[in-house]
Amino acid sequence: MSNEAAVAHVHRDDEGSKMGMWLFLFTELLLFGGMFILYASYRFMYPDNFKVAAMRLDTLIGAVNTILLLTSSLTVVLAITALRRNQKTFSLYLLGFTVVAGGAFLVNKFFEWSAKIHHGIYPKGPEMANLSDGENVFYGLYYVMTGLHALHIIVGLAFIIFMMVFIARGKQTGDNCQKLENAGLYWHLVDIIWIFLFPLFYLIH
Amino acid sequence: MDNVSYLDYKGKHKGLLGWILSTDHKRIAVLYLVSLIAFFLVAMTFGFLMRLEMLTPGKTIIDPQTYNALFTLHGVIMIFLFIIPGIPAVFGNFFLPIMLGAKDVSFPRLNLLSWYFYIGGAALVLISLFTGGGPIDTGWTFYVPYSLRTQTNVSLAVFAAFVLGFSSILTGLNFIVTIHRTRCPGMGWFKMPLFAWGLYSTAWIQVLATPVIGITLLLIILERFFGVGIFDPALGGDPLLYQHLFWIYSHPAVYIMILPAMGLVSEIIPTFSKKDIFGYGPIAMSSLAIAFLGYLVWGHHMFSSGISDTSRAIFSFLTFIVAIPTGIKVFNWVATLYKASIDARAPFWFVVAFIIIFSIGGLTGLVLGSLNTDIHLTDTYFVVAHFHYVMFGGMGLLFFGGLHYWFPKMFGKMYNEKIAKLGTLIFVIGFNGLYFPMFIMGYLGMPRRYYDYLPQYQIYHVISTIGSWVLIIGILILVFNLLKALLSKSNTTTELNPWGGTTLEWTVPTPPPLENFDVIPTVTHGPYYRPNLIKPEKSH
Amino acid sequence: MSDNTNTNTHTHEHPGYGLYILVWAGLVGLTTITVALAGFNLASLTVVVAMAIAVIKSLLVTNYFMHVRTDSAVFKIFIFVCLAIFLTMIVLTFFDLTYRFPLK
Repeated sequence: MSNEAAVAHVHRDDEGSKMGMWLFLFTELLLFGGMFILYASYRFMYPDNFKVAAMRLDTLIGAVNTILLLTSSLTVVLAITALRRNQKTFSLYLLGFTVVAGGAFLVNKFFEWSAKIHHGIYPKGPEMANLSDGENVFYGLYYVMTGLHALHIIVGLAFIIFMMVFIARGKQTGDNCQKLENAGLYWHLVDIIWIFLFPLFYLIH
Repeated sequence: MDNVSYLDYKGKHKGLLGWILSTDHKRIAVLYLVSLIAFFLVAMTFGFLMRLEMLTPGKTIIDPQTYNALFTLHGVIMIFLFIIPGIPAVFGNFFLPIMLGAKDVSFPRLNLLSWYFYIGGAALVLISLFTGGGPIDTGWTFYVPYSLRTQTNVSLAVFAAFVLGFSSILTGLNFIVTIHRTRCPGMGWFKMPLFAWGLYSTAWIQVLATPVIGITLLLIILERFFGVGIFDPALGGDPLLYQHLFWIYSHPAVYIMILPAMGLVSEIIPTFSKKDIFGYGPIAMSSLAIAFLGYLVWGHHMFSSGISDTSRAIFSFLTFIVAIPTGIKVFNWVATLYKASIDARAPFWFVVAFIIIFSIGGLTGLVLGSLNTDIHLTDTYFVVAHFHYVMFGGMGLLFFGGLHYWFPKMFGKMYNEKIAKLGTLIFVIGFNGLYFPMFIMGYLGMPRRYYDYLPQYQIYHVISTIGSWVLIIGILILVFNLLKALLSKSNTTTELNPWGGTTLEWTVPTPPPLENFDVIPTVTHGPYYRPNLIKPEKSH
Repeated sequence: MSDNTNTNTHTHEHPGYGLYILVWAGLVGLTTITVALAGFNLASLTVVVAMAIAVIKSLLVTNYFMHVRTDSAVFKIFIFVCLAIFLTMIVLTFFDLTYRFPLK
């Protein structure tokens, strides 16, 4: 007597699961890819405006956030290694650090956005009328791209918290941790996108 | 117990729930089939009303705003709810795993989720008609800045397209992994049926191009709600960049629509020619080539929009290159038919009609791909005719062709072949009656999407409208013929292989059982190999 | 290409903590460099240098953190296809832009 659920799990195909995850990452990459094309195009059209606009972003907050994300990525791979070595508790601590670092990233982002909004720099904001076309577009892209990225951080964090529950309940173990690996892949992709967003918005001025 | 068909199988849930909660690829395919045909008939009705309005100059039955809404909805529903999911979602889901010798796709639950995204997106389209500012009037391309300014319900309709994009991505992702991971023993890449190659090429477009339109549509919503300045020229944006991003997806998307149909042709032709396909390798590779070249030619939708002359020349040149792999396919199909003992059963009629109609569509495409002639013909009925010849004559015709080819296997019922052939004939006559006059009036200068026209165009509009009636009669004959076969109890068939096909789906019981195969098959020959009928046996 | 046969690819050795920490140190170092360089006026090289560093960083992340270095070849081909198509999109868009907005 077979049932449908059993059909789906006849055998576990970790390689297939990883392949599916990578293909999903490509869709994420091209979702941001469309934005990167727009960024490159508008930067080409308004080179001077973009430099002026980038001056107003806080390099320090950007750099701190970069380090936070890189470190949180490190702790994810370390957590996977730990789980493979059956150090379950250590693995959970490492993932916990990732969640804290990701949360800190969001808090920073919140303060950064708040400061901009306080100065009237937001779509339809009072300060925008005084800015050039290029600066307008720059801040439009800034809000959409960092906002979309922050949304991905939130999704990634949720993904990792679920994995922590799975590990705690023994559903992800040293020999069966493809889901955790996939969560890690997703988190690293979010990291890579930030690796490009950071210089494009904060450094090139 | 083991060989209960997927139709009769009793799982955890009963009745309708047993279908909408089933992760079986065949049941999901049938869910798609029912929903796709429903939306096809809705959009067909919109098209019928548009043609009726164009019967006389000035107002015939509806006012201009309704007409704008009708051509937008006809496009949105046909494209996003019928031709894009079309063949992969129905026949891909049903037959890809069986053709590969697998029990299901790689991610059955994701497969079901993808149908829910489809239905969710469809529901949003319908809701958008009755809420906010009413049905959208932008055309299916949602061009800025008009789509940012119009008071109609653009945001919701665009969000619906975004959700439908997810459905398409998940199907593509699932198929890529399925083809890489679940081929049965012995089935190397070049022993796969050509339909699988078509789906594989399509899936890469679904995965890599769809996200670009996803973000573009999201930006429209953000601009409308928050006034973020990205495409709006009043805020420093460049509307041409919207068109670039839109066509970066939407041009490859026409290959999402046509590649699976071409794969289907490559299945039907060898079955009814009773011989191995001619040029397996070139046909398989040309699918990949079309998928790749499809990314390089989007600019030909923008020749008259003000993009740079240099890029217009480059895009025009690249457009001509796409004709090469398409030509390779057509020549190989025709070479397969050459000296074959053709058994012209009902599904084969669709293929013959396809080759002729699609060739007309393809060749008129070259006229549009060439810069100077395009300037004359752009945004006229010539474009409408070209598009319907390749899309409706390609994917639409083959959707019915595939249905007639696999219907006995899917449902264990045989339809009346004579009526099917009659329906096909009426379909083809009506099709040419409807769209061919559009080539002529487009050439004479009749612009597309106009509510009114000068009296000198009336004769073509009248022929075209009458053609639409004939075409609809043909479609209804085909649909009712199949429905009658489905509902009647007398014509049940359990014949494994009614057409004499050689691929694996003809080896499983009719209709297939839940897990397709009792024992996973081992493949030793190419998909269209016929030991008794071809030249002296080669040593394998 | 018979990637459906190697169901178990976890035959390679998993790197230890040390290698990952070393990669992380490299990433932090590159971040410091790119921030420091932003203080200088490199004129037209600014974008090139910043993007080059970002590319190196993402190569480190994909190869080590995402294990692409030790993964089977099919993943490398996938990534190549994805990036090739993305680059194609950018290049063809710029055939329009560079000739529509010629540099002064």
